[in-house]
Parts: sequence; C-alpha cells; structure tokens
Amino acid sequence: MSRPAVAAGPLGTERGLPAGRAARRRRFPWQITAAAGFVGALVVIAAAAPYLAPHNPERGSLGARLEGPTLRGADGAAHLLGTDHLGRDVLSRVIYGTRVSLTVGVAAVAIGGLVGGTLGLVVGFRGGWVDEVVMTVADAQLAFPFILLAIGIIAVLGPSFTNLVIVVGLSGWVTYARVLRSDVLALRRREFVDAIIALGGSVPRIIVRHILPNVASTFMVIATLELARAIVLEATLSFLGLGIQPPTPSWGGMIQEGREYLDSAWWISIFPGAVLMLTSLVVSRTGDWLRDVLDPTLRGQ
Amino acid sequence: MRGFGAFLAYRLFRALIALWLVSTVVFVVMRLSGDPVPLLLPPDAPIAEMERVRHDLGLDRPLPVQYAVFLGNVLRGDFGRSIHFRQPAMEVALSYLPATLELGVVAFLIAVLIAVPIGVFSAIRRNSPLDHAAMGLALIGQSTPTFFLGILFILVLALRFDLFPTSGRGDWRYLVLPAMTLGAFAMASIARITRSAMLEVLRADFIRTARAKGLGEFVVVAKHTLKNAALPILTITGLQFGTLLGGAVVTETVFSWPGMGRLAIQSIYNRDYPVVQSTVFIAAVLFIVINLTLDILYGVLDPRTRETRP
Repeated sequence: MSRPAVAAGPLGTERGLPAGRAARRRRFPWQITAAAGFVGALVVIAAAAPYLAPHNPERGSLGARLEGPTLRGADGAAHLLGTDHLGRDVLSRVIYGTRVSLTVGVAAVAIGGLVGGTLGLVVGFRGGWVDEVVMTVADAQLAFPFILLAIGIIAVLGPSFTNLVIVVGLSGWVTYARVLRSDVLALRRREFVDAIIALGGSVPRIIVRHILPNVASTFMVIATLELARAIVLEATLSFLGLGIQPPTPSWGGMIQEGREYLDSAWWISIFPGAVLMLTSLVVSRTGDWLRDVLDPTLRGQ
Repeated sequence: MRGFGAFLAYRLFRALIALWLVSTVVFVVMRLSGDPVPLLLPPDAPIAEMERVRHDLGLDRPLPVQYAVFLGNVLRGDFGRSIHFRQPAMEVALSYLPATLELGVVAFLIAVLIAVPIGVFSAIRRNSPLDHAAMGLALIGQSTPTFFLGILFILVLALRFDLFPTSGRGDWRYLVLPAMTLGAFAMASIARITRSAMLEVLRADFIRTARAKGLGEFVVVAKHTLKNAALPILTITGLQFGTLLGGAVVTETVFSWPGMGRLAIQSIYNRDYPVVQSTVFIAAVLFIVINLTLDILYGVLDPRTRETRP
C-alpha cells in the first residue's frame, strides 16, 4: 500500500498514470478510515486483553449466572454484556475471544499465503507437468466443500490449536496459487524478464527480485480477503465443537454455548456473534476496497 | 478446437482424478487416526480377539495392499459397517441424503428466485435508494457467518415472534428458517453478480442500438441484456450450489435438521468413522456431478467454452 507505483504494476500500466492515482487518492473514503480504526482497535484489544478484560474470562461466579447486561450484578460487579450459564463475564470472554480469532486468522493466512504463494510463483514460472499437477490438486480442492474435509481431518487428528491453524490455513492456499500463477504467467512473457535472463540473472533471483514485488499488491488483496474467511471458518469450526475447546473463550464457541439459553439469555450468543459479523464485514470490505485500488484486474474474482 | 465429446471426456477425466484425490485424502486421514480396533471392541477384549478383528479388517497387511483394497471398496461404495448404527455405513449415509437434498434445493430455489430479480432491478435502477439498500443487504448477507444468521433467525422469528418452529423436520414451516439461513449467502452472491453482469452488458453497443431502434425497455432488458448476462450468473449460481451443500453441515446442526451434514457431525462425536467417510464421499460425488453438469450446460449455452483447457 505504501508503494502505489508497484501496485500499478505491469498488468495495469495504463491505469497507473499519475492522474489516475491522484483521482484514487481523492476517493479515500471515510469508511476505510473507520475500518482501519476498527481493525486497529481489535489488534489493541487482542494484545492488551489481560489489562482490558474486567473479569477472569474462564472463572465465573455461580451467584451471578445468566445475568443480563448490568452495572451491578448479584456479585456486586458490573457485567456490561451480561454473564453466561457459568456466571462468566461475557465482555471479558469476547475480549479474550478476539485474541483467538486474530491469532488463528493471521496464522492461517500466513500458512495459506506461504504455501499457496510459493506454489503459485513457482508453478507460474516453471509451467510443465508441475503446473498440471498443482492445478489439478487445486481444482480437486475447489470442487469440494472444504468445511467437510476440515471437519473430517480435525475429527480424526483431534481438535487442537495447531490442527485448527493448519486446517484453516491450508483451506486457503488455492486462491493464492491460482491468482499468483496467472499473474506470473503474464509477467514471465514480458521483455524485462528475457532481458534479465540474457544478462545472466538466475531464475530464483528473477522470482525474488523482479516477480515478487510485482505481485505483492495482489498478494495483499488476497491475504486480506482470506483473513475474513479464516476468521469465519475458525468461528464455524469452534461453533461445531471442532475448533478452540472450552473453557478457552472463542467467539464461535461462545455462540454455541449460548444456543441453549437463547430464549432466556440471548446476550451470551448475540454479542460475540455481532462482533464476529462486524469483523468479517469490515475486513472483507477492506479487502474489496484494496482490490479496487491496488489491482483493478482482480475485480469480479 | 476439438469436439464437444473430447471436451466432456477431458472434464470427466479431471472429475475422476478429483474423486481419486478425495478418496486418497480420506484413506490417509483414516490411517493417521490410529488403530480403530479398540473402538470396535469392549475395552476388556482379549489380545487374541483384537488380533482376529485386525486380521478380518485387513489391518495386518502392508499399507499399499490396504490402499488397493480401500480403493476397490470405494469403487463399490463400501466403507464398512457403522459402529453406531450397526448397518453398512453407506446405507446409513444415503438414508439421510433426501433430507439434505430437500433443504438444499429449496434454499437454492429461494436464493435464485429472489436474487436474480433483485440483481436485475438494481442494475436497471442503478444508484437508486432501492439499489443501495439491496446491495448493502447483500454485502451484509455475504459476510454474516451462516451459523450466526441461523441463531438470529431462531431468536427473532422463532422465539420472539413464534412464527416458525426452532428445529426439526415436519411440514413446510419447519423448512422456512433453515432454507433461508442456508440460502442467504448464495442469495447475496447471486444478487451482486447479477447486478454487475447486467451493468456490464447494458454498457454494450448493441444495447444502445436496441434502444435506438425504439425497442421497449422490457424487451431490451429481458431479451437482449439478461440473455447475454446469463453466463456469468450461471457460473456463480452453479458454484453457489456447491458451497451451499457444504453449508448444509452447519445449518443442519443449528436447526437439528436430520440430514447428512448433521449425521456427519454426530458421527464424528460418536467416532463412527465409516459413516463420516461415507458422507464425505457422497458429498464429493454430488459436487463433481454438479460441476460436470455445469460444464455441459456451458458447452450448450456458449460454444466458445468447449475448449479442453479453460
């Protein structure tokens, strides 16, 4: 984002004219400022959870069970978002849940990006049978609802933080691989690559020094969109009991725990759900916006 | 360009490879899960008994042999017996399939029948308040996790206003909330893609020509625009039907809908792996059939796509 010249890239040379860039800067909408603020707040909340959470998220007071949002509960303390069936403070659990969501989301995006990105770069540059194999595997994975596979794998390996991160991470590699591959395919045919080869540049050097900077913006766009997807997938798996295990608070797990009490204590499920929904909306909108600004060629994907 | 037959053969070949990959993943995951024999027998079973069962299941043979036997069983649709139901696992899974198909098809029909008109309308009345409202809703619909949407529907429409039952399967009223939940994401995506596909075509020269000829707005929209925008809409719609079936796992769990997705989750809790594998496999076959049908539809609608490598 800091280098729009790269963003304009070889795929959209005409679009990268200074006039276009100036126009784009003028269109920096307030929504994006708000979104950046929201994401920044989430990061701060996740990092400073122990200082921000008013109560211990895993220990409840049985005297103050199923209390609605209150400033003075049965245990004498304020529970701004109420308490759950074990008397635990919902606000504190949502705050700690932010930690889980962001950690799993970011780690998963890192894994997916590393695997998918590397494969996309290499396969796009090399072509041949490696390309055929990787793309066939990618098609096979796309041709199948990954959530089922994720459920099957976690069911067998057992739900743990590591397994969750790996499964959510690997669920996303295809997008990186496919998009980067097609970008690299287009880049590889350009004259500057031939020129570098003629000058004696090695292939790894070309990939790292010349191809990588050109696909960096595309990568950023996918990573942002993937982050939203990873956070939702983590919550979904935790909701199904296959992700983060109780008593560790996670948004998906909290929604699951509150399900039985929807009639009497809606706040247990609804508050974490609302935060999850908002996070997903904000992050994916940011991704959409980044895509429109950085890489118009991706539009519609 | 090769013929349509070659195109289909190539697609079928790829579909079979995908199926083989999925079965292999199932096999590997199953092997990773460790020894299933203790699950099948009471904890105090004698060693000799365990050895006998291990031999009966072929688990004492070398891995490549086991893999070959497994592939043979897959071809016959045989995943062994369910530990929980004490019946062939495939039969159990198939008996839950109709409920899932019912839910999936209704959800899909709701999604398409609502989303396409909304998308078309949004495109013709571009930037009108209704367009903004519809697209805003679609954005929210696309980023709301399915399971949370289900919870919201239950809270508001079932518990607060008591319009529909919260869970189970029965008359049509039981179908409304799960179908809306399951269809929401697809609806949002289809509405957005319909709008942008329509806008793309509305910009084309031949639309201006059609208008210049003095054709009525209805003819221009229905005959000239929608027909040309059909292909991208169909692509997304087909893809959405696949995603929708995956979402059935979550929706069925939220609404206790007695379908294959909920069976899969429950079988996981019961450690009933033969049933889990059967459901995963049926889903894979369904998926591949849908994608293949879509490819054929493409070829029929647009001869340009009949190349072997898209």
